[in-house]
Amino acid sequence: MPPTFANLGDEAVLDIQGLRQLLEVLGNEGYRVLGPTLRHGSLVYDHLPSIDALPRGWGDEQQGGFFRLRPLQEPRFFGYGVGQQSWKQFLYPPRRRLWQARLQPDGLQILPVDEDAPKFAFIGVRACDLQAIAVQDRVFLEGPFIDPHYRARREQAFILAVNCGHACGTGFCASMGAGPKAASGFDLALTEILEGDRHYFVAAVGTERGRQVVSQIPHRKAEAAEQEAAARTTAQAAREMGRTLDTGDIKALLYRNYENPQWDRVAARCLTCGNCTLVCPTCFCHTVEDSSGLTGEQAERRRRWDVCFTVDYSYLHGGSVRATPRSRYRQWLTHKLATWIDQFGVSGCVGCGRCITWCPVAIDITEEVRAIRESEESGVRGQGLVTKQKTENDKRE
Amino acid sequence: MLNALADPMLPAPFRVLKVNRETGDTFTLTLAPAAGEPGFRFAPGQFNMLYVFGVGEIPISISGDPDQPETLVHTVRAVGAVSRAICGLKRGETLGVRGPFGVPWPVTKAPGWDVLVIAGGLGLAPVRPAVYHLLARRPQFGNLELIYGARTPEDLVFRQELMHWRGRFDFRVHVTVDTAKGDWRGNVGVVPNLISRARFDSEHTMALICGPGVMMRFTVQELLNRGVKMENIYVSLERNMKCGLGLCGHCQLGPVFVCKDGPVFSYDRVRDWFLLREV
Repeated sequence: MPPTFANLGDEAVLDIQGLRQLLEVLGNEGYRVLGPTLRHGSLVYDHLPSIDALPRGWGDEQQGGFFRLRPLQEPRFFGYGVGQQSWKQFLYPPRRRLWQARLQPDGLQILPVDEDAPKFAFIGVRACDLQAIAVQDRVFLEGPFIDPHYRARREQAFILAVNCGHACGTGFCASMGAGPKAASGFDLALTEILEGDRHYFVAAVGTERGRQVVSQIPHRKAEAAEQEAAARTTAQAAREMGRTLDTGDIKALLYRNYENPQWDRVAARCLTCGNCTLVCPTCFCHTVEDSSGLTGEQAERRRRWDVCFTVDYSYLHGGSVRATPRSRYRQWLTHKLATWIDQFGVSGCVGCGRCITWCPVAIDITEEVRAIRESEESGVRGQGLVTKQKTENDKRE
Repeated sequence: MLNALADPMLPAPFRVLKVNRETGDTFTLTLAPAAGEPGFRFAPGQFNMLYVFGVGEIPISISGDPDQPETLVHTVRAVGAVSRAICGLKRGETLGVRGPFGVPWPVTKAPGWDVLVIAGGLGLAPVRPAVYHLLARRPQFGNLELIYGARTPEDLVFRQELMHWRGRFDFRVHVTVDTAKGDWRGNVGVVPNLISRARFDSEHTMALICGPGVMMRFTVQELLNRGVKMENIYVSLERNMKCGLGLCGHCQLGPVFVCKDGPVFSYDRVRDWFLLREV
């Protein structure tokens, strides 16, 4: 057993061998180790048998509606940003059986799904996705009702965060207070540093569970110069970030602008495909599907991610509440950035930029907010809640 | 291993004790738990998620008497796949029940107040438990009136009960229909038009409203014109719901989830969104 020094809040230094052993320790402790890897030329999160499965030496290029993997000059393990997937697919799976039912001679019988929640170790969770997990925790764990399946997976998950050394092409995590440096919510947070021929990781210890894992691998206390190198790395990512979203007064801004003509302009481009909701790490909407077996004696209910861009989503007998693309885009953006704050006390956006990258027509949430803000500044404000109230009061008086 | 009881998505089997036909397409089902604890406790205005084996699950308000928790009563109109299947259930058959969910009518705040209960169409079902509650404690309240409208005389639900209520000296019941043939001797017209007939002290009046959106909008406007305060007007809203728990997202109306923050809202809380289209 190597000597251990690391305490909560400390920073340790690991080398590549240390990272290799770290994944081994997690595997030996029964975790299903998941992390970024390349499949069919795409960046996905999947099982990591060892650090050799990480996309070492690969980076990414992202723009609105554009994602390409690019080889890097440096052999970095974590030289890319976030891809189309997020960790929500593991904590809150896209499809899940909720229960099965049997029709017995004496009636309906409901059979719960007995599931031993998988024990995940997430490798390479970026600051934006850490915040996204914290946001989904509020949704699934803090309401009057909780999702016990989410809780079972969440409580056991080991989170190894990685601080970003360069900014995603479409990200704006700094605007949303999420990144690029992981602030909390991790067991361990690594900063990868390549200086000349030195390649090492500065590991911040966030929890007792993280400390125990580090204590099993060779490490030493980070020196001041190494800590500074780590700080420079994340500062560089923050400097590079090309996008911003002005969140000042944003709830009131959007509440005032329900009838802004900008919604018509974006609706003319929006395909209502719902890609943005599927890649969004905080979108939590789901629907249920009931089915029965051919003999009519068995049935089951499944839950799957749902998309607020479909007409079906708001269907009530007689028709859909949000029949037009304009109202559905408005619902998505206003929910994400405004009503979410009333519902859960935080923004539903973490600035990861996925909705921009994976939108087939490159609609940019930061541009849409800017357009609304600027239209207001230039006095073209459409009718929203406040103006509406005024007109009504005027009428009454 | 998950504790089955902790999973709010699991329905409990209930057995159909009785089915009453209210109108051509509307049925009242009396249910009781198929096993386990007998009875079902709820507060007026709450709803359940009702599941028909292999077909699906929908939110349905409870229409029975909260003071008689031995049975659970739902009134359902057959308009979609699941509601048709519910209406097709026979005595002795079973269905799944999850609930009760949602914020009830504020009947516990009503003592000392005049109360207007205003319903359109099947909107009478979600307010009926409140009527039962109020009538059972009648001396506690001021004036009590029910205004109820349906499309035609054939669409009136709970007819016997309406007639019984109309026979009381301490409860004024107004019934209207949108259209009728010549043999109808009752009132013809829309619900908001009847509000002028109601007697109440607007300063101390609480209104409980449930019905189609347009009926509620005009009713609210009429009550505001009569001086009833916005915070004393309560509306029960309806949205697509898949979970009833505040988790599936479908029932959002601006910042509120109709399932967990409602379905009953004081009007001042939802007014801004209530008046917007397609929110």
